[in-house]
Amino acid sequence: MAASSRARVLDLYRAMLRESKQFSAYNYRTYAIRKIRDAFRENKNVKDPVEIQTLVNKAKRNLEIIHRQNWPKFWFHKNLVHIRKLSSIVASFFILD
Amino acid sequence: MLLRTAWRRVAAALPAAPGPRPEAPTRGLRLRVADHAPQSAVPSDTAIAPEMESVLRPLYMDVQATTPLDPRVLDAMLPYLVNYYGNPHSRTHAYGWESEAAMERARQQVASLIGADPREIIFTSGATESNNIAIKELEDAIQPDTSLVSIMSVNNEIGVKQPISEIGQICSSRKVYFHTDAAQAVGKIPLDVNDMKIDLMSISGHKIYGPKGVGAIYIRRRPRVRVEALQSGGGQERGMRSGTVPTPLVVGLGAACEVAQQEMEYDHKRISKLAERLIQKIMKSLPDVVMNGDPVHHYPGCINLSFAYVEGESLLMALKDVALSSGSACTSASLEPSYVLRAIGTDEDLAHSSIRFGIGRFTTEEEVDYTVEKCIYHVKRLREMSPLWEMVQDGIDLKSIKWSQH
Repeated sequence: MAASSRARVLDLYRAMLRESKQFSAYNYRTYAIRKIRDAFRENKNVKDPVEIQTLVNKAKRNLEIIHRQNWPKFWFHKNLVHIRKLSSIVASFFILD
Repeated sequence: MLLRTAWRRVAAALPAAPGPRPEAPTRGLRLRVADHAPQSAVPSDTAIAPEMESVLRPLYMDVQATTPLDPRVLDAMLPYLVNYYGNPHSRTHAYGWESEAAMERARQQVASLIGADPREIIFTSGATESNNIAIKELEDAIQPDTSLVSIMSVNNEIGVKQPISEIGQICSSRKVYFHTDAAQAVGKIPLDVNDMKIDLMSISGHKIYGPKGVGAIYIRRRPRVRVEALQSGGGQERGMRSGTVPTPLVVGLGAACEVAQQEMEYDHKRISKLAERLIQKIMKSLPDVVMNGDPVHHYPGCINLSFAYVEGESLLMALKDVALSSGSACTSASLEPSYVLRAIGTDEDLAHSSIRFGIGRFTTEEEVDYTVEKCIYHVKRLREMSPLWEMVQDGIDLKSIKWSQH
């Protein structure tokens, strides 16, 4: 069990770093990469499984945030051929309950 | 919860293949960003699509003026800008209820950062409005002696930390209201309104990596502090500040406060290290540099240095790839030297040559090194051109010169 959770944590770490490299703003990109490295390093010796799960959940939430924040990178792209797809993506925001 | 389901729905609606991957922007210190903003906010159908030029933008070292939005804050705000757009004061439908829930959650986040009760937080449009509300109260409670003491927790120009706890003790023992403008201090140094005996506190959103246009005022309930509303109308915010509370902005403020609470220690350690690095490197390479403000009671992220024999404005112009300022943004249009520096007794000539370096959560070591290198280079170059510097090198004491003969 411990081995697989270690693998899960490492996967999460790699996924977060990969997503963070997508930030187009220099300051956000460097902050995200640095913070992820420091935070995972700081907690590497945590043994309590409940605490580990809490930290993993927090990391997953942050991964979602980074992923969402990098999605509008289309808007700053040179080639605006995607504009039609873009408007359909934006339209999907306006979901009424 | 609502947040996550909304996001999941959006993610599901995204097209499976987003098309060819966009070209990654050039990595490196000086980011190339497509500069299409200045043309016009509303794209015109007849105008030719503007060419996406890459423009290098300056490094940002002016965090005392304003801070960039933390991505976590923007993420918290987006649903309330797009989907949950209800008026938080509407009592009769779900749009109002969900908006009000978000507003109250934000209130709790702000309150927990400063150790207050959520009922003591009133949302305003910024620290300036909060200051005005707090000071106006003074006019209603005129007493023979002082009735309100108002102190800035961390000065925005020289970064000096005031002894808030001590002042709070004195004020509460003399039954005098104590207001502090904590715009630069909230989320950066630990503040507790009960330990420090603060009665009124102003909070600004855009100084703590939150959105612009929002702030809050903390008004103590026990013992009750009475303030008069500046803005009257529909009676929102307990009658102290009428006007619809802007839900997306206050959600951003709340998220910024929560993030600040979590990141305070990490940020403080990093910023102190970077500040130390900046000061040491500059002081080592340049003579006649003075740091303004008390070196001990000092917030490390705001460094105000005076470079003797160099005019501050010319140094700012020379450092055009770094966004810096001399003195505060509120007074940057006037040519007078900063009133703060004058108040701490700085000589006129040193006051004119002061530059403020701001180090924040997102500042990197490379940015600091670049700034230091450029600063040293330009100060040396400007000093070479300065006749005053020449005279000093020849051993003449500038104070002994009689500048006007007639």
